[in-house]
Amino acid sequence: MAAVDEQPFSPGTYDVVVVGSGPGGLQTSYCLARLGVDHAVLSRDDVPGGMFQRFPLFQRLITWTKPDAPADRKTREYEWYDHNSLVADEPELRALVPPEMNREYDLPSREEMLRGLAAFAKRARINVRYGCTWEATRREREEIVLQTSDGEYRCRAAVFAIGITEPWIAPVPGLDRATHYVDVKDVGAYENRRVFIVGKRNSGFEVAQALLPWARQIILASPSPVQTKTLALSPLRVRYLHPYDEYARGGPGTYVLDAAIDRVERGADGYRVVVAGTTWEGELTFEVDDVIAATGFQAPLQDLPDLGVATVSDGRVPALTPFWESLTVPGIFFAGNATQGARGLGKRGLGASSSAVNGFRYNACVLASHLAERLGKPVSRPRLAGSELVPYLLHELSHAPELWIQKGYLARVLAFAGGIYDQGIAPVTHFLDGTVPDALAATIEVDEGGTIFPILYLRRSGEVHEHPLPPHPLHVYENESYRQEVEAILR
Amino acid sequence: MSESTVDSLARLALFADLSRPQVEEVSHLFDEQVFAEGERVLRHGLSGSSFYVVLEGEASVRIDGDERMQLGRGDFFGEISALTGDPPSADVVATSLLRCLVIAATQLEEFLVEHPRVMLRMLQAEARRLQTAGQWQQ
Repeated sequence: MAAVDEQPFSPGTYDVVVVGSGPGGLQTSYCLARLGVDHAVLSRDDVPGGMFQRFPLFQRLITWTKPDAPADRKTREYEWYDHNSLVADEPELRALVPPEMNREYDLPSREEMLRGLAAFAKRARINVRYGCTWEATRREREEIVLQTSDGEYRCRAAVFAIGITEPWIAPVPGLDRATHYVDVKDVGAYENRRVFIVGKRNSGFEVAQALLPWARQIILASPSPVQTKTLALSPLRVRYLHPYDEYARGGPGTYVLDAAIDRVERGADGYRVVVAGTTWEGELTFEVDDVIAATGFQAPLQDLPDLGVATVSDGRVPALTPFWESLTVPGIFFAGNATQGARGLGKRGLGASSSAVNGFRYNACVLASHLAERLGKPVSRPRLAGSELVPYLLHELSHAPELWIQKGYLARVLAFAGGIYDQGIAPVTHFLDGTVPDALAATIEVDEGGTIFPILYLRRSGEVHEHPLPPHPLHVYENESYRQEVEAILR
Repeated sequence: MSESTVDSLARLALFADLSRPQVEEVSHLFDEQVFAEGERVLRHGLSGSSFYVVLEGEASVRIDGDERMQLGRGDFFGEISALTGDPPSADVVATSLLRCLVIAATQLEEFLVEHPRVMLRMLQAEARRLQTAGQWQQ
């Protein structure tokens, strides 16, 4: 007799299949369920949490959560102060990371984050078929077919929330002999050793910081300079600036170099690393005991590139439409960290926060609405009275966490078609290239000098004009002068 | 896998005078972005745009929907508004799958000052464009 399948989501046909049970998968499933979209969630793991079961290896997260803030934890406005919890409409499902924090710091530890995610999965009753590994993918007419360890799943849209956590080693001769960041487990093993770290981004500095009390000498090198000005204002300074600070003060134990790595050779007892300067001229050779490749990660895309999924960054990230669908294979969507493959407008180099939970949780909500609409499910587009329009816009510009976190990337969109209809939150690029003749998008942007300001994009008879509003030192826009300004724009 | 971004960059005229380590630095300073056929890359009238170098594919420069120029591998665009601070006076639309390197206008000036040979190459290309435009008028 066949064993009874006690797991949810037996192999079969669903409207949507979500792969992954990290924050991206959980948020997508929550939002799809709220919209009544039939879907299955599959995960090769045994518990929810995704990458936070392993990373970061040594330190706290680099995204902040203020346990107490000007807004109440159970409100939507509080999300702006809590960049780690998943988001929900029900107050009891909101802000589930801060209660787990011991308040030693305003950045949660990995364990605190994991507990917060598990609490969300449990309380929101998110069903996941655990221990089910996605193995292969194919398209059959309009369907995506996922072959898994448990059998075949067919769907109209597959959402891959698979993270960007597969180690990637830069194509440097001999670097494949090095230890990748993910395999650095015991810092004690580096006691009194000379360590060369390739990479000057998050993982490189994280491992450098962890080795500071142990290693005799640490050299960090990669081709482009560390953006110290940007980092000084980022939570990343906690991690980056300590090893960097030792170097900047001239301490001979730590070097932070702008250099291309020419090759890594095996020496008699250790390694020889040859580098060539990028911001300085010349070549240097280092004799070291260990080489660590902190050259980053890639999305575990498996056979998706063979299916035609185009990528960026040397195959590491899928290239996506504004709604996070593969640019080249319809029906293949991404949630979570990989949503950074949709770069957005990038005005003045402003990047979205799609590689962190704070940003991609909103991408997941927008994606769920987009999928629901595509599948013919009604999505609420509430009508606003004329007198409500300006106060609503100013409230959103002052408080909407989506606009404040995904600056210049997501916007509140309103359509004017025999009335004013709230179209919800949408990608700015989608709005700009959209087809609704008369509509408005409101978002937050940053100017060349770092000043934050609200902006409206108004489309009339198909033509879009931008209307930046003046900045405010406290970012408070709900007052008479802004009201007049917006009314003048809309007139 | 297709050739790496660094190899692809090294073969572009704009970066032909750079050493291999410098090309590697450039590949880290610039972002890579891919656009679908028909997608707008540069938007007429919109502030804060970037500078783009075409790695692969084709694009069309359009004013009021009329094509003024075609762009292909090694061509660049967005430099005028990036350097003057004025919004672009044309749209640039991908006419095939288009792969570009992107750098924000705010970083372009610093980049050019630090890489004068790239600036010279850019000026030469600019001069050739002016020459061609002049010939049209005559």
